[in-house]
Formats: sequence, C-alpha cells, structure tokens
Amino acid sequence: MNRFDYVRPTSLAEAVAAAAMPGAAYLAGGTNLLDLMKGGVARPERLVDITRLPELNRVERLDDGSLRVGALVRNADLAHDQAFAATYPAVAEALLSGASAQLRNAATVGGNIMQRTRCSYFYDTASACNRRELGSGCDALAGENRHHAVLGWSPACIATHPSDFCVPLVALDAVVEIEGSKGRRHVTLEEFHRLPGEAPQRETVLEPGELVVAVRLPAEASAFASHARYLKLRERTSYAFAVVSAAAALVVEGGRIRQARLALGGVAAKPWRARAAEAALLGAEPGEAAYAGAAALALAEAKPSGDNGFKIELARRVAVRALSLAEAGTPARLPALPASVFASTTGARHDA
Amino acid sequence: MTPDLNLSHTPAHRRQGSSIGQPMTRRDGILKVTGAATYAADNHPPDMLYAVLAVAAIARGRVASLDVAAALAHRGVVEVMTPANRPALALDPDAKFHPFMFRLDLLQNDGVRYPNQPIAVVIAETLEAATEGAALLAPRYETETARVGFEDAETFVPGGVGVGNPASQQKGDVKAGLAAAATRVEARYETPPQYHNAMEPHAIVASWDGDSLTVDTPSQGLAIAQGRIAGLFGLSPDKVHVRSPFLGGGFGSKGLVSGPQVLGILAARLVGRPVKLVLRREQMYGPVGHRAPTRQTLRLGIDSEGRLTALDHHALTASSTFDDFFEPAADASHTLYASPAIATAHEAVRLDTGTPLFMRAPGEATGSIALESAVDEAAWACGRDPLDFRLANYAEVEPMTGKPFSSKALRECYAEAAARFGWSGRPLAPRAMRDTAGLLTGWGMGTATFPALMFQAEARAVLKSDGRGLMETSAADMGQGAWTALAQIAADGLGLDIGQLEFRAGSSDLPDAGIAGGSGHTATAGMAIHNAGAAVIARLADIATADAASPLYGAGNEGVVARSGRLYRRGDESRSESYTEILGRAGLSEIEARGTSAADQDTREAYAMHAHGAVFAEVKVDPDLGQVRVTRLVGAFAAGRVINPRLVRSQYLGGMIWGASFALHEEALADHRTGRIQNANLAEYHVPVNADVPSVEALLVHEDDPYVNALGIKGVGEIGITGTAGAVANAVWHATGVRPRRFPVRIEDLLAGGGLG
Ligand SMILES: Cc1cc2nc3c(=O)[nH]c(=O)nc-3n(C[C@H](O)[C@H](O)[C@H](O)COP(=O)(O)OP(=O)(O)OC[C@H]3O[C@@H](n4cnc5c(N)ncnc54)[C@H](O)[C@@H]3O)c2cc1C
Ligand code: SF4
Repeated sequence: MNRFDYVRPTSLAEAVAAAAMPGAAYLAGGTNLLDLMKGGVARPERLVDITRLPELNRVERLDDGSLRVGALVRNADLAHDQAFAATYPAVAEALLSGASAQLRNAATVGGNIMQRTRCSYFYDTASACNRRELGSGCDALAGENRHHAVLGWSPACIATHPSDFCVPLVALDAVVEIEGSKGRRHVTLEEFHRLPGEAPQRETVLEPGELVVAVRLPAEASAFASHARYLKLRERTSYAFAVVSAAAALVVEGGRIRQARLALGGVAAKPWRARAAEAALLGAEPGEAAYAGAAALALAEAKPSGDNGFKIELARRVAVRALSLAEAGTPARLPALPASVFASTTGARHDA
Repeated sequence: MTPDLNLSHTPAHRRQGSSIGQPMTRRDGILKVTGAATYAADNHPPDMLYAVLAVAAIARGRVASLDVAAALAHRGVVEVMTPANRPALALDPDAKFHPFMFRLDLLQNDGVRYPNQPIAVVIAETLEAATEGAALLAPRYETETARVGFEDAETFVPGGVGVGNPASQQKGDVKAGLAAAATRVEARYETPPQYHNAMEPHAIVASWDGDSLTVDTPSQGLAIAQGRIAGLFGLSPDKVHVRSPFLGGGFGSKGLVSGPQVLGILAARLVGRPVKLVLRREQMYGPVGHRAPTRQTLRLGIDSEGRLTALDHHALTASSTFDDFFEPAADASHTLYASPAIATAHEAVRLDTGTPLFMRAPGEATGSIALESAVDEAAWACGRDPLDFRLANYAEVEPMTGKPFSSKALRECYAEAAARFGWSGRPLAPRAMRDTAGLLTGWGMGTATFPALMFQAEARAVLKSDGRGLMETSAADMGQGAWTALAQIAADGLGLDIGQLEFRAGSSDLPDAGIAGGSGHTATAGMAIHNAGAAVIARLADIATADAASPLYGAGNEGVVARSGRLYRRGDESRSESYTEILGRAGLSEIEARGTSAADQDTREAYAMHAHGAVFAEVKVDPDLGQVRVTRLVGAFAAGRVINPRLVRSQYLGGMIWGASFALHEEALADHRTGRIQNANLAEYHVPVNADVPSVEALLVHEDDPYVNALGIKGVGEIGITGTAGAVANAVWHATGVRPRRFPVRIEDLLAGGGLG
C-alpha cells in the first residue's frame, strides 16, 4: 500500500474541501476501497474519512413524501429498518442478498452505489484495463468474461456494475444527492452511472471531489410496497455476486397492470432500467405472456461480449420470474434466503 | 522448548476406564475459541522484521529488471533479497534425491516458471512498508508464451503417478470384455485446477541464533520439515527447531516445506534479525501446490445381468514444467467394482504452473467423481437402480489384485445410508421428481473409498512417581483433532485417566510422529503411542512383579493389567498397586520407554486395506433458472476403530462438504494467455457457505479390522470427498437429465443440455 495522508473532517464543507485535491478519495466502510488499495489497484494520496459526519447517518421522510437515506447508513441497518423494509421491500431484499453479514454491517449506502466493478482484470494490475488506465486496452475482451456485460458495453470495456442494492433503487426512480464545491445537485440513479463508451474510466457523473450525501426514494416508490421483489441468480446460495438479477415492481388494479417497474443487475456497467419493457406492461393483463414479452424487450439490444451469451437467456428468464413473483405479492416476512430462487416462503402475501 | 500449551482442561466427558471411543470435545477447543492458541504468525520475537514476497506476474520467461533502489528508498524498508544477494544454500533448490523432495523456487536465478513464483523478498520494519516496497520493485520481464491448458503442450506418459504408482495397470482383457458386453458406456469428464486454500495462509517466523534456527511455521510433518530445512542450510537437524502446535488447515499443502517458508528463513539469515513472512491469499495460488486438472475417459462394458465385463479408466493430467506430481485419478478404479478386466492409464502434459501436490484425497477425489458418474450412467443404460447396480458389482476381493480385504463393511454402509436417506422408491428416470415449490429434485449416490495407510513414527512415554504420565510425539493438529484423539490413545496406553496425562506434540524436538497425511496420522502416531505406553507399563510391571514387597510379586509380565493408574494382577483384581506406590518403593522418580510404529509389510502383502463409505445426495434445481443446491447429504462410513466419534464425524462432514464443493463450486480460472489465476481470492474462488449445505449427516458404521494395526484404525480424513462429489453430480443428472461432463457444474451447461424448461 502506498503512503497516503489521512484526514477526518468533522463537517461536510470540510470534507468537500479536503477532497478537492487531486488524488483524494473518500473512505466510507472501506470494504471495497481498502481491498483495492491493498492490491495496488487504487493508490490514493489522501483518504478523506467521512465516517464521522453525523448528518450523513440519518434516514428521514421529507415533506414531499420522499425518503432520504444518508450516504453513511450501513447496508445492514437500512435493510433491518422495519419501516423501510415494509415500504421498499425489494430494496431490503436486495441489500440482504449482497455480500455477507459482516460486510453488510460495514458497507454504506454511498459506498455501495460507488463500488467498483469485480472484473478480475481490473483487479489484476498486470493486466491491461481501460477502466484502470485509459488506453491500455481491455484484457477481459478475450479473457475470462463469463460474468461480463451483455448490454451497453463497448469494445473499450465490458465490465458490469456489481451492486444488488442499485437494481431496485433504479427501478424505483431513486435520486442521488451530491455535494460539491459548487453546492448541491441531484441526479437520478439511472443517470448516475455511465456506460463505458470511449471513457470507461469515468464510471459515474460525479466530478472529482464531489460527495454523495444521500439517496432519495420518491413518494411514488411506496406505491409498489405490496408487489415488489428482487431475484438474484447465483453460483452459490449466498455470499456470491449475481450472475444476473432483476428487480420487479407492479401495481395491478382491475385485472390490469397499472404501473410496472423492471431493472436488471449484472448485465451492464450500470443498473439497467428496462423502460421499454415497463411500457409494454402498462395496461396488460398480468401473466407469463406479458412478462415474456416484456423480458424479450428488456434484452432486445443484448449481445454477448464474450463467453457469456447464456446470460442473455438467463436475464430474460430472471426478469420473467421476478415479474411473476412481484405479481404474486411481497411476502409478509422477508425470506430466510433473500432474493434466492430457493427462498422458501413464496406463498404468504405482504398485504394479505 | 515445547510450545507453551495448557491442554489439561477437564475434558467434557470424564470417565474411568477407556478413553478410546469416547466423544470427547477438543482439548484445544477453549484455547482456539478464546484466541489463546498461537498459530505461526502469532509469534512476535523481539526485534522481528516483516518480509513480503514479490511474485512473478508472468508464467514463463525471466525477470529482466527490478527497481531495488526504489524499494530500498521507501521508508521502513531494511533490505531487498534477490538472486544477487540471497544467502548461499548448501543444497541446490532444484536438486531432487527422491520423489517426495520437491523443487523449490528460492531465488536461485532470474527465471520464471509459473505465475506467482517468488522473485524477490522485501524486508521492512512494518508489514505496510514491506508491501509497498514489493510493489515498488516494478519488475520488467522477458516473456515467453505460457502453456496454460491441455492443448498447449504435448502429452506423454509419466514415469509414475501419485506416490510411486505405475502410470498404467491392467488385469484381464479389457478389449475382449468390451466386445462381449451387452451394454457399453463411454464418457469423458473434466475436473478443473483447485487450490487448497487453507484458512491459515502459509506463514513463517524464523529466528537464527548463530547456527541454530527456530521456526514457527505450520507443518503436517515436523521431522520431514526439519530434515528438509537442515539439508538446504547444511545444518545438522538438531540445530533446526520447527514448532507447529496448530495449523489452520493443511489439506496436503503444508505436508512438505514450501519455497516461501524457506525464503522467510533466508530473509532472517540475510538481515540477522527474526523475520515473519505470511503469504497473501493470492500468493497461495502457485508456490504451495494445487490439485491438477484432469480429463478422464471411462469405458464400461456390462453384461445382460448388469455385471461389469470391463472397466477402462484413462486420465490426462498436468504437472509443472520442472517437477513431477501426477494426480493418480484413474487409480480410483482399482478398488471399488468387481470386473474381470480393468485397465487404468495416465498421460500428462507439462504446464507453466506451480507444481501440483497432494490435495485432500489426491487421485481418489478426481477419479471418484468420474468413476461414480460413469457407473451411474451404466446403471441407467441397463435400466438398473444405481444402488442395485453397485451391489451387483460389489467387490468381494480387491478387483485389481485379487487380495482379500482386511475388512469391508461397505454393504452395511449402503444399507444404513440408503435407509436413513429414504432411497427406496426413487424413480429410475431423471426429471421425475419436483418438490412442492416446483423445484426439480434429484437423488444420486456414490461409493466412497480411501486406502488405509500407515507410515513410520516414534513416541516417548514417561510415568512419574506422582502417578501422572507424559506422552511425547511430534504429531500435527491441522484441525482434525490430533491433540485430543492421540491423547485418548495415550491415556489408554498408559492405563491412566486422561486428566492424569500430559500430551506433548507439534514440535520437532519430540520423537518423530511422521506426517499428518494420507489419512494415516491417527493410525501411525497412535500405534507409536500405544506401543510406547505398552513398553513403559511393561517396565513398571517388571519392577512390581520382581519386588517381594509388592502385592503383584511373582505375577509375571503377562499377569498384570494397567487401569486408572494402578496395576492389577490378572485373574485376581484384589491384588493391585498404584503406579505411585511401585515407583516410590523402587526409589524412581520416573520411568520411560519408547515405542515405534510402521505398517506390517507381510499383512499388507496379504490383504487389501481400505476404508469405505456410501453417500446419498439430494439436489434441487430451479427448473428455469438452473441454480443448483444440495439440500441433503447422507453418508455412512466404515473405517475400522473409531477413536473419537465426535472428531471422526466432523472429518466426514468436512469431507462431504468438500465433495459438494468439488461438484458444484470449486474452480481456479486461469487466463489462457497469461496463466494468471483470475479468481485467486475467497470471494470468487467459491467453496460452500452454510446455505449451500443445509443438511449433512454422517453415520458411523461399526467395523472391526484385525489386520490394519493392533488398534484397528483406518483413516477418516479424506474419504468423505470421494463418493460425495459423484453423488451430487448424479443427483444433478437425476434432477435435470443433463449429465455433468465438466466440473464444477455450471448453469450454462444445464441450459445448453436442455435441462431447463
Ligand atoms: C467479498 C465481497 C463480496 C461482496 N458481495 C457483494 C454482493 O453480493 N452484492 C453487492 O451489491 N455488493 C457486494 N460487495 C460489495 C459491497 O457491497 C461494497 O464493498 C460496499 O457496498 C462498499 O461500501 P463501503 O462503504 O465499504 O465503501 P468504501 O469501500 O469505503 O468505498 C467504495 C468506493 O466508493 C467511494 N465512496 C464511498 N462513499 C462515498 C460517498 N459518500 N461519496 C462519494 N464516494 C464515496 C470510495 O471512495 C470508494 O471509491 C461485496 C464486497 C466484498 C468485499
Ligand atoms: S472489462 Fe473494463 S474493467 Fe475489465 S479489463 Fe476491460 S476495461 Fe478493464
């Protein structure tokens, strides 16, 4: 690990000022950043430890009915907040399907959405990686790329964003609150992460030194509470990143789908909102046929970036299943294996 | 100096009489759960420095340059060890005098022969400074094309496989057997490279005092380690003290001293201060061994009665370019199923990897998953239940040699495990079962086997005039429970309650306990302990029976029984005397004796000796999405005398979980261009988590073996993987109708095979 400065600001203004210097990085739970530093992948010259900023630790309901979650709220604390889980069950389920209990205790909301890709060539500093070093190439293109992107990738980078949390968030129109030297701004999560294009090193719209202070869920997001699920396909039952995942949320009235949300995880460099699929579901009769059509639309543009064509078919199937589960209704209690195909409680309904 | 251990906590199950057979809890358990047990890296002698390896990023070529100046300029860095300044060794690290002497990478030159090969060692005041120093070396290489997969190199027939087995063996006429068969099955299976991944990384703390060396380092074989280190440094073995009271797992990777451990000693030599070197997780993927990949082809002929007419097992495997270890996968077909004709053969390629090594059930694990899959295919091809088929081909004598078994309770294993699992009524056809949630459900089985090996060992027993006993041997506890099981044998050997016994192990200044490997440690060290105990009791009996003042006077050597610290006259238990009384009157503060053990070659010539077991697995598979989970595992094992059922069961459970891991999870993914392992971490090198093995049961089947050794002990450490891996694979087939051909089973294979809706 390189030698670095360590600063621990006590106010937001101080934090943003401290991070203005090039080579600075914010330190939250450290579950991602410290691993990257130990591997020499990230070599910040200054760590700005934001964990002592109490204003980032709150969950509050705002006057417009939206919910504001501070960037430092721990993944586990948010998922186990009963009121939160009842209102945004797919988000809680996604959080609890991620990483391990120990990691969730440490990981923060801001850190989760800012986490870097798990592309192994990104981690392996002896490999060429445009995301790590623009212009060096992309060793994943002809390498081990089973888990890489099938949507929105470019020849410059085929990595995926690994977050589970972000998938239901993007489906629910979450908004990221950002503080910078020029003040505060708001960006939808959908626009927050960038597709690689020619500049994969720019992963989000954050400008250098900008700080994520909160994530907001708009008032409308609570309309889906009774019919929202997250489903995560994995290569072991727990403690594994998604092969592909989907968040689905429905409002069904009078035998018709009145509102629909669908987003996919593990398929692109960002949590993938499937807007065309949502549009197709509006007004449709709930059921396999509608879901299959929607899933096909969601993956219409998909193409393999390597040895991963199977992910396209799996993503379709996961989308169909997630929509079916959402239609069946949010379970009254979070399953013991959250977001798992082996979740045992499938019957009991949230609103029953 | 022996490690400062206090293992005399009151055992949970105290009793009079025999300790053997009692389900005692681990005597080191409290030390471990309170953090008081010192593992190698917990030792911090005064003045200690930290060493960090710099390792090669290429698989093949040479190191063209290292920026040693940059590393030395980093604050805290004390020294950088490279081929230019590495202290001299008495022995060429590439010298090989016998098959168990593996070539080591000790900075003997600038060549690189596998990724993660050590190329320099940075020594610093702190771990952080040493780590950054290693990064600052910024090596440049001259790179040659790496040979990574089976296709990249020419195949050849190795001179031998495993631990000195011939590369090919046969009996009968396989060709004729296949020709005469009513049904033939031919199938190919591939297993990936796997890495031991013990929880505790290889670590060493080395301290020199003149020409004496003390090392704290995990070792499964302390005397072998001591001898190897002494040989490399030109020291007499008594100048080398290896301490290894606890290992955080070994699985074979700590059986022999590895290169990085020796580099820690060299680093300490170079700087003249104690040095600690601990491998990083990713550095364990190269210089400390692995399980080589295999590609196995099986051909089975079956007659109209469902009996094998021929069994042909061919395995392609890989070793490194510079040393020999050939995974003896096909040899798994020697012992399990009766067939008039059996042929096994191995071929190999040489790849730019570290040298493969024994990894828990080497050969048996890889071979078993292929053999059990093929046997399952054969049963289906004949329309037979897999258990009936196995019973129809039950080996009454060892198939390859025709020798009788010293004992074999496999029929009982099949029966008990099948009953417990509820096997009867299983539909023959695949895809015939669903659970209430609609998940595809499959049941599969496999036969487990592992040879009952014994090596050589020695132990020293002491009886003291205060009535307490001492037993010493350099046994290694890698978590399997040697501190407890061997102490139980020692207590019985000395005729003492276990609370009256001090047991010393885990240090090379004790009598040689041999290697904790090949599932032979309890038998080997246990027999030495048993014999040492018997020898010291015989001396005590001599003293008592020759002493006219003793109630045992004249009883003769055969005529006493030792129990709970007293000698009793056989046939007249009213005449007895305590050890204290006997020694006190003789004016002796203590008496001692040594015992040794070794396999009895004559009985081994006459009998085939193996442990056996039967494993049944249930898997569930999502019918559309293909995610697989092992929902139930039931195994029954017969392995001779059970010293401690709690520990034995835990060995079986661990082995069975590893079997599930083999079938569904474990795989090291090497980049096909560079050879670098892309998932060299425990987040992405998958092993099962609790949720992957919700229900695992191991049944202990009674088995008396009068031939293996006087205690009747076979081994239990490795057998659990065998049988289980195949049972899980077969259950996946039964659930989906897709026969797994490469492991681990992947969702895309089930999808492509048409196993999903
Ligand atoms: C073994 C393992 C398994 C995992 N499995 C999963 C999984 O299954 N699913 C999943 O979703 N995730 C998984 N993760 C990732 C985990 O969720 C992230 O590591 C975690 O959420 C990061 O949060 P943190 O607070 O620790 O961030 P840190 O490590 O502190 O920071 C991560 C990055 O975000 C930046 N950052 C942090 N906070 C802010 C902020 N407020 N504003 C701007 N930038 C900021 C940091 O500078 C850094 O670049 C896994 C991680 C590990 C190590
Ligand atoms: S896919 Fe992206 S992150 Fe991975 S090596 Fe290529 S450029 Fe780097």
